[in-house]
Amino acid sequence: MQFRHEFLEKNAILLLVASLLTVAVGGLVEIVPQFFIENTIEPVKGVRPYTPLELAGRNIYIREGCYLCHSQQIRALRDEVERYGHYSLAAESMYDHPFQWGSKRIGPDLARVGGKYSNDWHFAHLRHPQAVVPESIMPRYAFLEETPLDYARIAADLRTDRAVGVPYTKEDIANATADIEAQTNADANHDALLKRYPKAVIVPSNGRTISEMDALVAYLQVLGTMVNFADTSEEQLRR
Amino acid sequence: MPTKIEKDVITGTDTTGHEWDGIRELNTPLPKWWVYVYLATVVWGLGMFVLYPSIPLGTTYFHGLLGYSSRADAMAGVQEMRAMHGKQMQQIGALSFAEIQKNHDLMEVALTAGRITFAENCQPCHGPNGEGRIGYPALDTDVWRWGGTLDAIQQTVTHGIRSGDPETRTSQMPSFGADGVLKPDHIQQVADYVMTLYGKAKPGVDTAAGQKIFAENCAACHGDKGQGNRDVGAPPLASRVHLYGDARETVVAQVTKPRHGVMPNWNQRLTPATIKAVALYVHSLGGGE
Repeated sequence: MQFRHEFLEKNAILLLVASLLTVAVGGLVEIVPQFFIENTIEPVKGVRPYTPLELAGRNIYIREGCYLCHSQQIRALRDEVERYGHYSLAAESMYDHPFQWGSKRIGPDLARVGGKYSNDWHFAHLRHPQAVVPESIMPRYAFLEETPLDYARIAADLRTDRAVGVPYTKEDIANATADIEAQTNADANHDALLKRYPKAVIVPSNGRTISEMDALVAYLQVLGTMVNFADTSEEQLRR
Repeated sequence: MPTKIEKDVITGTDTTGHEWDGIRELNTPLPKWWVYVYLATVVWGLGMFVLYPSIPLGTTYFHGLLGYSSRADAMAGVQEMRAMHGKQMQQIGALSFAEIQKNHDLMEVALTAGRITFAENCQPCHGPNGEGRIGYPALDTDVWRWGGTLDAIQQTVTHGIRSGDPETRTSQMPSFGADGVLKPDHIQQVADYVMTLYGKAKPGVDTAAGQKIFAENCAACHGDKGQGNRDVGAPPLASRVHLYGDARETVVAQVTKPRHGVMPNWNQRLTPATIKAVALYVHSLGGGE
């Protein structure tokens, strides 16, 4: 018997279901293999979950819409590698929920901005970008410095990330508040913090109330610094 | 299903055979060239499937006959670029500063590379022409905290100041006020004296007490005449060039609770040859020793 396509075209529900199945095949073929192919995420050392302060800073980064002007993805293109440094790895955003790759570059890419400037520079720049980069069109974020960081629910943020697969331990969650306070106090003992989160940058609040800007700077200062590229080879990263 | 395929009288083309309320539709075939181009793209697509990474196979994937990798491609581009700058940058990396300075062509390359690198990496703090900003030293004067020779500049750029690098330059001025070493009125007196060192003091102010406090507390690092000490990065005070400003309240604030600037170490970000080029460029800004 010949296939009668009126049967599909004249039955709206059936057409909808059939369309969905057709589109789903395309999605499955493109997406599902990514979960099984072994080298989707590169085998590099050093990538760790964000410290509670960095995570709080990341939340502010998302809240203020920084991703609308700044990307966090150095593409594997010669000019980008020359300007920004090593191309970004999938592993470097594996604990980002959601990732901040972005698609607009009104400002520069931030994937490796960590350690490029001093904390003081970041504070001066966020307060008044044109004071340090006269041609900048970035808005001022001075209010972040006057807004106390609300970290009462930071442990819940860690738990949420853990639920979607970020390997925070029970100890990490129990110490979330203490870790925020340690990372903003230059005189505190940082051993436990740095053992849990190597390479975390201390952003001293100098006895002030911990501000949203402190958290944001801690986040910016860790971007792109976790992987030590001396440990890996171009061969291992080939895709 | 088409039921009544007819030939349209005016155009001579078949109809589709469908009829909607008396309206019929011509079944104009696609142009032949279009159909052939379409088929050619299908064949082209199959070729791409075979040549480039395409089909997922469980935990791996078909890599394609060309073995193409966008990452390897980018890094090959970077290698090509390095080879292009190659010879001269390699020479800059290998030769000593004195040898580079003798070679006019090499100096031209180094200063150009240094200028471009400076614009991307150093300008945000030190200003477009190295004129400095409050808290970020000027590089175009002969006032240096850690030294203005080529080697000293190279060392500072490579390892930074109070950076995380193990060989970083570092120094810490005590918090004379905040830690209670000096009483507030003593700090006022020493500030009066420090202002005489750079000629901004108000006439008629008695600075004898301040001078004594300076000799006991400050001279060990900043020198008995405020000339500074580069071994510990103590800035010269007898100078018109100031890191944080020359106002009296700035001096008082700095003695009370000093600010300590941080310069990142660039050895993770720039190659040794590029750092040398930057050092030569900074040296050429006007203050090089």
